[in-house]
Amino acid sequence: MFHRFANPARFLRFAAVIQPWIAGLTVLLFAVGLYLGLLASPADYQQGETVRMMYVHVPSAWMALFCYTGMAISCGVALIWKHPLADLAAKATAPVGASFTFLALVTGSLWGKPMWGAWWVWDARLTSMLVLFFLYLGYMALNNAFDDPGRGSKASSILALVGFVNVPIIKFSVDWWNTLHQPASVVKMGGPAIHASILSPLLVMGVAFTTYYLWVLLIRIRREVTANKVRALQMRQASRGEQ
Amino acid sequence: MESLQAFWDMGGYGHFVWPAYGVVAVVLIGLFVESRRSLKSAEAELAALAPSKAEDTDDET
Repeated sequence: MFHRFANPARFLRFAAVIQPWIAGLTVLLFAVGLYLGLLASPADYQQGETVRMMYVHVPSAWMALFCYTGMAISCGVALIWKHPLADLAAKATAPVGASFTFLALVTGSLWGKPMWGAWWVWDARLTSMLVLFFLYLGYMALNNAFDDPGRGSKASSILALVGFVNVPIIKFSVDWWNTLHQPASVVKMGGPAIHASILSPLLVMGVAFTTYYLWVLLIRIRREVTANKVRALQMRQASRGEQ
Repeated sequence: MESLQAFWDMGGYGHFVWPAYGVVAVVLIGLFVESRRSLKSAEAELAALAPSKAEDTDDET
């Protein structure tokens, strides 16, 4: 099962089949999520209408962590088993994860101003998210820093794995330190502490963000596979020209 | 019309809520467009190098 998709050619055939389904699902989920979040759900009794920012802020933050975890696992698989697709998946995930982290920071800032009275505070949750953003940027920069793509992916994979220590720090930062940020209210012991009218648009948007990630991931992996073929052909033509 | 005005106003928080949705839309659509454009240009490059292999998804032999 694991090795079936290790072959890039087989992956491309698989991607061609599922991509239209993921695309349709993403559009549908965003339509339902936006309808529920902006029109069908009530305002929060304390936060008023600002609670609607949660439907984009929380999924962005979830995906920022999800993408980093996926990227770190892919980097580990690429380093240990030299799995050809794992390396491409990590490389394709990094810009998407960085975008989600950026969105979590910006939407959080827009939510923080009316609720906390500040665009930014240097507390544990916000600072560790900013560190995550720089880890993504560092991974991408290191990946492109070498003439030999193999060395670039090896060095950046090690950075991604070392940086993974930040993921549990982000998750538990609201429990370990005093912070303005509220603690976990969906993924916690004893079940979610949010009313269904607000939880359902949040979950739909969460799934929409996930399928969006898979959609863009397929496109970006196809791009990497194609670019590798171009590179291989160019090298073959160059070596033929020298003879 | 009045309800549309109220929807836009978001209980006085419209200038926080709408920019939040706006930046998400711009970044997600922008990333998607950039990814697609980049795939298309890589595919065009491959087609120019090996016209017969443009549609061939198997590894070159």
